[in-house]
Amino acid sequence: MRPFAYERAEEAAGAIATLTDGAPGAMYLGGGTNLVDLMKLGVAAPDLLVDVSHLPHDRVEQLPDGGLRIGAAVLNSTLAADRTVRERYPVLSQALLAGASGQLRNLATVGGNLLQRTRCAYFMDVSKPCNKRVPGSGCPAREGDHRNHAIIGHSEACVATHPSDMAVALVALGATVEVRGAAGARTIPLPGLHRLPGDAPERDTVLDPGDLITAVVLPPSAPGAVSRYRKIRDRASYAFAVVSIAALLELDEDGAVREARIAFGGLAHAPWRALVAEEELRGLPATAESFGRAADAELAQARPLRDNGFKVPLARNLTVRTLGELAAQAERRSGR
Amino acid sequence: MSAVGSLAIGTPTDRVEGREKVTGAARYAFEQLPGDHAYAWLVQSEIASGEILSLDASPALAQEGVVAVAWAGNAPRVAEVDDRELSVLQSRTISYRGQIVAVVVAESLETAREAAAHVRIDYEVRDHEVVLDEHDPAIYDPGTVNAGYPSESVQGDVARALARADAAVDVTYRTPAFHNNAMEPHATVALWDGDDLTLYDSNQGASTVRDTLAQVFELEPEQVRVISPHVGGGFGSKGTPRPHVVVAALAARMTGRPVKLAITRQQMFAFTGYRTPTIQRLRLGASGDGQLTAIVHEALQQSSRLREFTEQTAVATRMMYAAPNRRTAHRLARLDVPTPSWMRAPGEAPGMYALESALDELAVELAIDPVELRIRNEPPLDPERGIPFSSRGLVACLRLGAERFGWAERDPTPGVRREGDWLVGTGVAASTYPAYRSPATATARAEGDGSFVVRIAASDIGTGGRTTLTLIAADALDQPAARVTVEIGDSALPRAGLAGGSMGTASWGTAVTLACRALVERIEALGGHVPADGLEAHADSSDEVRATDQGYSRHAYGAQFAEVRVDAVTGEARVSRLLGIFAAGRIINPTTARSQFLGGMTMGLSMALLEESVMDREFGDYLNHDLAGYHVASHADVGELEADWIEELDDHLNPMGSKGIGEIGIVGTAAAIGNAVFHATGRRVRELPLRLDRLLAT
Ligand SMILES: Cc1cc2nc3c(=O)[nH]c(=O)nc-3n(C[C@H](O)[C@H](O)[C@H](O)COP(=O)(O)OP(=O)(O)OC[C@H]3O[C@@H](n4cnc5c(N)ncnc54)[C@H](O)[C@@H]3O)c2cc1C
Ligand code: SF4
Repeated sequence: MRPFAYERAEEAAGAIATLTDGAPGAMYLGGGTNLVDLMKLGVAAPDLLVDVSHLPHDRVEQLPDGGLRIGAAVLNSTLAADRTVRERYPVLSQALLAGASGQLRNLATVGGNLLQRTRCAYFMDVSKPCNKRVPGSGCPAREGDHRNHAIIGHSEACVATHPSDMAVALVALGATVEVRGAAGARTIPLPGLHRLPGDAPERDTVLDPGDLITAVVLPPSAPGAVSRYRKIRDRASYAFAVVSIAALLELDEDGAVREARIAFGGLAHAPWRALVAEEELRGLPATAESFGRAADAELAQARPLRDNGFKVPLARNLTVRTLGELAAQAERRSGR
Repeated sequence: MSAVGSLAIGTPTDRVEGREKVTGAARYAFEQLPGDHAYAWLVQSEIASGEILSLDASPALAQEGVVAVAWAGNAPRVAEVDDRELSVLQSRTISYRGQIVAVVVAESLETAREAAAHVRIDYEVRDHEVVLDEHDPAIYDPGTVNAGYPSESVQGDVARALARADAAVDVTYRTPAFHNNAMEPHATVALWDGDDLTLYDSNQGASTVRDTLAQVFELEPEQVRVISPHVGGGFGSKGTPRPHVVVAALAARMTGRPVKLAITRQQMFAFTGYRTPTIQRLRLGASGDGQLTAIVHEALQQSSRLREFTEQTAVATRMMYAAPNRRTAHRLARLDVPTPSWMRAPGEAPGMYALESALDELAVELAIDPVELRIRNEPPLDPERGIPFSSRGLVACLRLGAERFGWAERDPTPGVRREGDWLVGTGVAASTYPAYRSPATATARAEGDGSFVVRIAASDIGTGGRTTLTLIAADALDQPAARVTVEIGDSALPRAGLAGGSMGTASWGTAVTLACRALVERIEALGGHVPADGLEAHADSSDEVRATDQGYSRHAYGAQFAEVRVDAVTGEARVSRLLGIFAAGRIINPTTARSQFLGGMTMGLSMALLEESVMDREFGDYLNHDLAGYHVASHADVGELEADWIEELDDHLNPMGSKGIGEIGIVGTAAAIGNAVFHATGRRVRELPLRLDRLLAT
């Protein structure tokens, strides 16, 4: 039997010290809904699990500036049901509820959700090569099964996607991740946490070993902005995104776009913030034509693989529809 | 004997073991704890074709708690049987990726699993071919197909008829591999007592497993006992013993310990069977008024290098519709893949998908309503065999279904109904499944206290079989069901056939009825008096089954109607309404029968929209080997779902007048849904599943 130790952390400093001081085989454990699966599959083989799900980072607090701090140990189901989140950040609540299943959300934590690993089937099968799991071993997905892999921002080394729905909403919201590590505390503005694969696909994020996510901070919600999350999947429920979108839209008095914030799931190794589209949209009338133009501008960067070219029109269609729905909602809200 | 007013058969009845199951008291195979048991973990091949050059078990054996490692190099020899998948740990040749190459036995499950990762194997690797391809030069005619049908049939001159037809379609449909994915993965606990073997096993027929294992270990059937009181589904994959059953018995023999072996979900994608992918070409010819003049159905499928297994994909086409010219044919490609096996309605499920879709295409071609087209081609006799149908309710099902569904208001024009972004359409297809029966034996016993016990080695794989037999026995005994206990799920009970081919109830029910009637006669002979130590009667239905199962073409029929919504923006398809009307003889227990129909239809919906096993060309295994990757319908995928049946009296079946209902629900569903997708979108997608990327209008 492959033994591993389990420790329940009561405070953050001790947990961080354990991971940074000479315990190279140690890993944090959140709800375990991803990590324990990967341990069973042999993809992860920690010697020590430091359970951080009971740390006092389990609250959703209002901040003086109108923002929200969400503790890293808050459960996905708790966050989705939080009143403030539902009222002021519906995109986040919707994204959470679009993910996994009720049972999983009852265990999954915010920290763990952000750091869940790709669902690439080769990554999860230790009998096969995979650059993300074993650097330099190759990427069979490139020529193999990649219908649900990346179309944008991928590299020769890896074409995987990031599976989280929640992270896509957080990226669109411009959230900030609070991290504590060996060198103290720091903040990482999203989308800066997740990396593109480049030639180091084994690194999903910019975190260093031992870095502990303690919270996610949401900026105050713009009073005039409307938001929503839309997820396209192969099964009506309980399936990862084929393509998803988190979008926030604010119109000016003339019904033109003041600001749009758009992030995609299912397209890239990281939640994909659509900066090109956002820029394109600024000041344009909120019409299907504008939305299509913005989507096209963003997706011009796409480099689909043999079997996933359909994600380009799918992402475009989804963008046009979602922004159209948001525009209608904004119009209604402004009473025009 | 007390006369009871109403019959038990036909009374909606909850499962007799329902309480045991929902309270967790019901014991499944792996929950047996024989004491002093060890755990086994399987080592699987990581290549698709080649030879084991060497196997080094020492790193595994060095782990604390490891009892033994068995492989082709040291495992005891067993006899070769028809199913060469069962010649496990006997040869160094690798026939597919994921094949069992070794087993580790240890004191704990965790130890066995970890040690399995330390078994070192050197292979000589050969190139493999794992993808079904109609241009494969090695494709051949297997001669016969599953259930013993000839692979080819020819009537008349199809070439001529097709050339002269007023309307014709020539279309090719493709279905992917599907995996059965029963709720309870396969599991076996094996114990030897001298040369006697006991297996607690999850299967669809204890007698069958006993007989096969007796052959493999060269024992008398009486030396093997298979105990399977509760089984969490099988869908065909537990119809015959899978290789792990042999491994468990081998491991127990080698170690002298009881051995527990449970299959993981991932392993189910390698060696417990699956439905073959198919490529089917359909050619139909018809006169302008919609009379079929020619039907050609050619089906290509795959099997492994180990064993020839061919589904009866085109066999239903021999009987469904009248046509003077007809040809059906099956072809097989042998690949470096696991052996496909039975999966709910093997043959009919993919075959009727293709036939019923092609018929819809012909209806469009002819501008004839698809319900009407089917009715116009209703055959008076079985068109191939020239014998009467024992009963045939297809037209009645189509008519009733059409009325309930509101079919009359349907505008046939495709792609014109839009509700917001949803394109809406409706479709119809026929269902069918043969009414088979196999011989069985049973005993019926009257106790001195007025209760009755019926014994038969039947199995209840979650369908409600135990309950159904209770109702059948109650009526045959003319007793209230509450007085009757039915014991099943043990090969020590009177021998019986499988829960498979939708023939369990018909087969077992016949033997149970005969035994009960014999018991009633014995009681009557004693003047209605049951002695204090009870009275028993035994029956064997072999003669009755042989004598009466000739002369009629026996099938259940149904009609399924689907309403589908396809998102014009994303290509997502959802089934908003599904109605199935069935004609399946007498319905014995409406409660569990409805579950069977609804379950079959849900599985058909899942087949239409979601399920597919993705073969990895480079590595040669099914990649999406878990329930996160292999999509089975979730609740949210199922909209309004309704099943009902028509009263059908048929005296040519069995004492109950019943036809099997376990499989017909999955037959035709995918075609009804695909036809509705065409009606909704104007796009004919000829490949399952109907994924969003195939429906996305670009
Ligand atoms: C069948 C299935 C379907 C799913 N479907 C979806 C879906 O549709 N959409 C979706 O978004 N997700 C889906 N998920 C994934 C699910 O959301 C994640 O498993 C879950 O969010 C992970 O959270 P956790 O707390 O259980 O993380 P864990 O499994 O405990 O940890 C995940 C990783 O995060 C690290 N970690 C945990 N907490 C911290 C911390 N505070 N600081 C630093 N590192 C930390 C761990 O070391 C580990 O590497 C699905 C999962 C399953 C099993
Ligand atoms: S896509 Fe990335 S995760 Fe998947 S096989 Fe390639 S390297 Fe591994």
